[in-house]
Amino acid sequence: MSGPESTSTPFGESASELPSVAQATPTTATDGGGDGPLVRVRELVKHFPITRGIIVQRKVGAVQAVDNVSFEITRGETLGLVGETGCGKSTTARLITRLLDATSGEIDFDGQDITRLKGASLKAIRREVQMIFQDPYSSLNPRKTIGSIIGEPFAIHGLLPDKGERKREVQRLMETVGLNPEHYNRYPHEFSGGQRQRIGVARALALAPKLLIADEPVSALDVSIQAQVLNLLRDLQRRFGLTIVFIAHDLSVVRHMCDRVAVMYLGKIVEIGGGDELYRFPRHPYTGALLAAVPHADPSRHGEQRSILGGDVPSPANPPSACRFHTRCPKAQELCSQQEPLLEDKGSGTRVACHFPLTREEATQIGVRSGG
Amino acid sequence: MSAAEPLLRVEDLRVEFPSEDGVVHAVDGITYQVFAGRTLGIVGESGSGKTVSSLTALGLTRRQGARISGRILFDGKDLLTLPEDKMRAVRGNDIAMIFQDPLSSLHPLYKVGRQLTEAVRAHRDVSKAVARARAVELLGLVGIPDPARRVDQYPHEFSGGMRQRVMIAMALANEPKLLFADEPTTALDVTVQAQILALMERLQQELGMAIVMITHDLGVVAEMADDIAVMYAGRIVETASAAQLFAAPEHPYTWGLLKSIPRLDAPRDEDLVPIPGTPPSLINPPSGCHFHPRCPYSQPDHERIDPVLEPVPGEPQHHVACLLESGVRRSLWAQLREGSTPQEALAAVGAGEPAA
Amino acid sequence: MLRYIIRRLLIGVLILVIVCALTFVFFRVLPTGNPALLRAGRDPQPKLIKEIEGVLGLNKPLIVQFWDYMKAFFLHLNLGYSYYSQESVKALITERLPATLSLTGGAAVLWVLGGLSVGIISALRRHTVVDRLSMGTALLLLSVPEFWLGFVMLLLFANDIGKLKILPGAGSYVGLTYDPWKWFTSLIMPWIVLASGGAAVYARLMRSSLSEMMREDYIRTARAKGLRERLVVRQGVRSAINPIVTLLGLEIGVLLGGAILVETVFNIPGIGVENFKAIQSSDFPVVQGTVLLASAFIIVANIVVDIAYAYLDPRVRYS
Repeated sequence: MSGPESTSTPFGESASELPSVAQATPTTATDGGGDGPLVRVRELVKHFPITRGIIVQRKVGAVQAVDNVSFEITRGETLGLVGETGCGKSTTARLITRLLDATSGEIDFDGQDITRLKGASLKAIRREVQMIFQDPYSSLNPRKTIGSIIGEPFAIHGLLPDKGERKREVQRLMETVGLNPEHYNRYPHEFSGGQRQRIGVARALALAPKLLIADEPVSALDVSIQAQVLNLLRDLQRRFGLTIVFIAHDLSVVRHMCDRVAVMYLGKIVEIGGGDELYRFPRHPYTGALLAAVPHADPSRHGEQRSILGGDVPSPANPPSACRFHTRCPKAQELCSQQEPLLEDKGSGTRVACHFPLTREEATQIGVRSGG
Repeated sequence: MSAAEPLLRVEDLRVEFPSEDGVVHAVDGITYQVFAGRTLGIVGESGSGKTVSSLTALGLTRRQGARISGRILFDGKDLLTLPEDKMRAVRGNDIAMIFQDPLSSLHPLYKVGRQLTEAVRAHRDVSKAVARARAVELLGLVGIPDPARRVDQYPHEFSGGMRQRVMIAMALANEPKLLFADEPTTALDVTVQAQILALMERLQQELGMAIVMITHDLGVVAEMADDIAVMYAGRIVETASAAQLFAAPEHPYTWGLLKSIPRLDAPRDEDLVPIPGTPPSLINPPSGCHFHPRCPYSQPDHERIDPVLEPVPGEPQHHVACLLESGVRRSLWAQLREGSTPQEALAAVGAGEPAA
Repeated sequence: MLRYIIRRLLIGVLILVIVCALTFVFFRVLPTGNPALLRAGRDPQPKLIKEIEGVLGLNKPLIVQFWDYMKAFFLHLNLGYSYYSQESVKALITERLPATLSLTGGAAVLWVLGGLSVGIISALRRHTVVDRLSMGTALLLLSVPEFWLGFVMLLLFANDIGKLKILPGAGSYVGLTYDPWKWFTSLIMPWIVLASGGAAVYARLMRSSLSEMMREDYIRTARAKGLRERLVVRQGVRSAINPIVTLLGLEIGVLLGGAILVETVFNIPGIGVENFKAIQSSDFPVVQGTVLLASAFIIVANIVVDIAYAYLDPRVRYS
């Protein structure tokens, strides 16, 4: 690792707005819904078919990665998507960015239906929605300089054709994320994991997107670096009014970063609500199980009884009937295997999909105890 | 702490690897001990040397041309001087190890039962039938349902958590006295992690086994460890009981770790305070105190002097390797604990001046 | 698993038909000379040529010729008759098959076993003299043409023209049933020559495959269990074999191609030589027959390899 020592503060006084690209060539992709939510997802479904056959492949089943998911993302908020393996959070993100095509359902971005867009109109949307990925070691092309990586979005969309201008813009982006602009011509392998994530962030911000999706951006980083990148994202959001979807499996990180959190299980949203309410008074038993499972950095709580969720996540190709959690749920009753609970407000601040949500007492026992 | 003899005692262990770019000083003089029936947590990030030190205890670094010095005392013998065949008799028998990724750590092309019986028959002269029965018994011990059927399955037919249970079963095949667990739950979902940690605790109680839990996760180590050693850049910077470490940590790196992780029991919008900079290269580690380039409180002469692990005044079981004066450290932590940033704490305490 | 096998067999038959059709077309379309012309003797009359064409069935449309041929093959296993000698192609082939099988079979065994063992040893002793020597020799054997190697070996070891007269020379092949010892010794040099290229490739492949596998996490686990090093290496070899097995199917084709040259050099009365003569004299049925045979052989070999792979890697079985 021969990269420079970079601190996460300060970013350089100059950039108080996202790079001038936004002003120079305003996108005509979306009309701007103005006050409505930035993203509205309705009954989104993504099934991956499983085929079998000798000569002709027949569809014999499907992996129901995302099953009838609906939610909204308000402008300027950070929405967290939390869940364990196979819950569908990454798939949902890829559906919103149109890296995957939905099986059915609707995705509205800034007032426009983008579910079936193709060609030039889809490409225009790409300027508005950007993604940062989990693995800093494989998500950057090792054969390109980072200047070229960060500048690639401009090249793809035909912006800033003048090389000098583009380089200046890229260097401004590098400063914004805390990288040394003089390292423009270095290659990814010359940087540490945390720095590579910054490169990824710089690239994502190049076109001044409205929506940034961060798919496990810090999971592969060392603990002492995670905080740097998390702080960077928070600061960038505050300064540029970004809307962020933050995907993670680490509940503490999600609580820290996100205004609202959606908990997913086997392709469905089981609970969604504000960061405070959801963590202090979880209503869905699965949310409760997740919170109960997080090990506390506090040895004095060592001897406490925790109810541990047993069993394994069922296969998404063959999910349980009705409420998908009923096979492992400590509160499950007959109704749960017969009728699917809808995601609704049970009068507690969060929306929860459960027939027998945790009571106030149960929730308080598990929930986060802290001020604020 | 136990006044009894430690089960394992590592003394001034140094491990170096030759590489194309120079000598990698993976472990730079560490000393720690593990007691029977207790869990020692080793906390560190990548490049701290935590994994290399454990692999060396099992003699698994010998093949890579490592230069090793120091002593590792186990059961009255220095493991570093044992010839290979005697070392092999210890591995998987008296001392066992489980690794981070159970998918890649189990052989994908052999059935699970075969991998288990192999572990048994490496150290016990028993028939295949007896070994197989033991394999089924072990699977049941670690909580795998329907073990008689699953013993004939391949690793990819198990879920992540089940695979880690299989690894644990394999490690316990010969009832080891000491288990090294290298990031055993890092690759697992949080609910599965809770299951595995609970399993390990139960097994420890049932078998009276000592565990060395290597991890970067402070939550895991707080849950599992009785004693903790914090490693940075190949050195141990602090050792203490788990309670002491979290209540009154004495090393700036430990403070940095504690302040930089989001915690469920802290206010939601409290800012994280990252440790500036990046972990150092082990080929060319910083001179003097390895942490000084990233330490907000370092003094000029910290670049020249190597800190040594010394007991903290008033807490004989709590050791720290820091050149700051003890009183200064206490004051700094008192500030940090109340929510100050390092800069604020430094200002409050008076840079460099020992507290009155 | 059964579905997998059936599917591969069906596709195999399809490929066989396609190969056959292609050969058919090539030989009718390419300017190799009209076989009727070749049979008609000196200064033939056009009428004679036409007559011979009629006898040989060359005046029918291509499709019909092909259909007739397919019918004859699939229903009666009749491969037609040589234009040259009027012999049944099937008889011609069956007469010469044992020799080619002896040659290629033995070479394949030598190639696989030799290549793999040298590769394993090299992998375990990387960067030592043994390793460098083996890999250097392998490179040499890879680069050298087989017929050259054949001639060099004859000049060194053949008991008629060689310096050290220890092995039978060219032309001394006899069938296994006549004289097993002579059969064996006369094939030693041909086996070595035919196998050398493939063994060299395999040795290098095995070396890199095993080196890679020995770095895998499960090898570390095996050592941590306290297994003897021999058992640890066995686990590595078990994994290293998988990627190489598939290659075997592909290399079979190369082996057959090399067989022609080796048969020629060592004067072994096999199918390769026969095929060569047939090509030169535009003896379509013989060529067609040998191509069909070779294709069937390669297809079957590949199917066997694919099945073996599914057997060797349980993760592949259910796709």
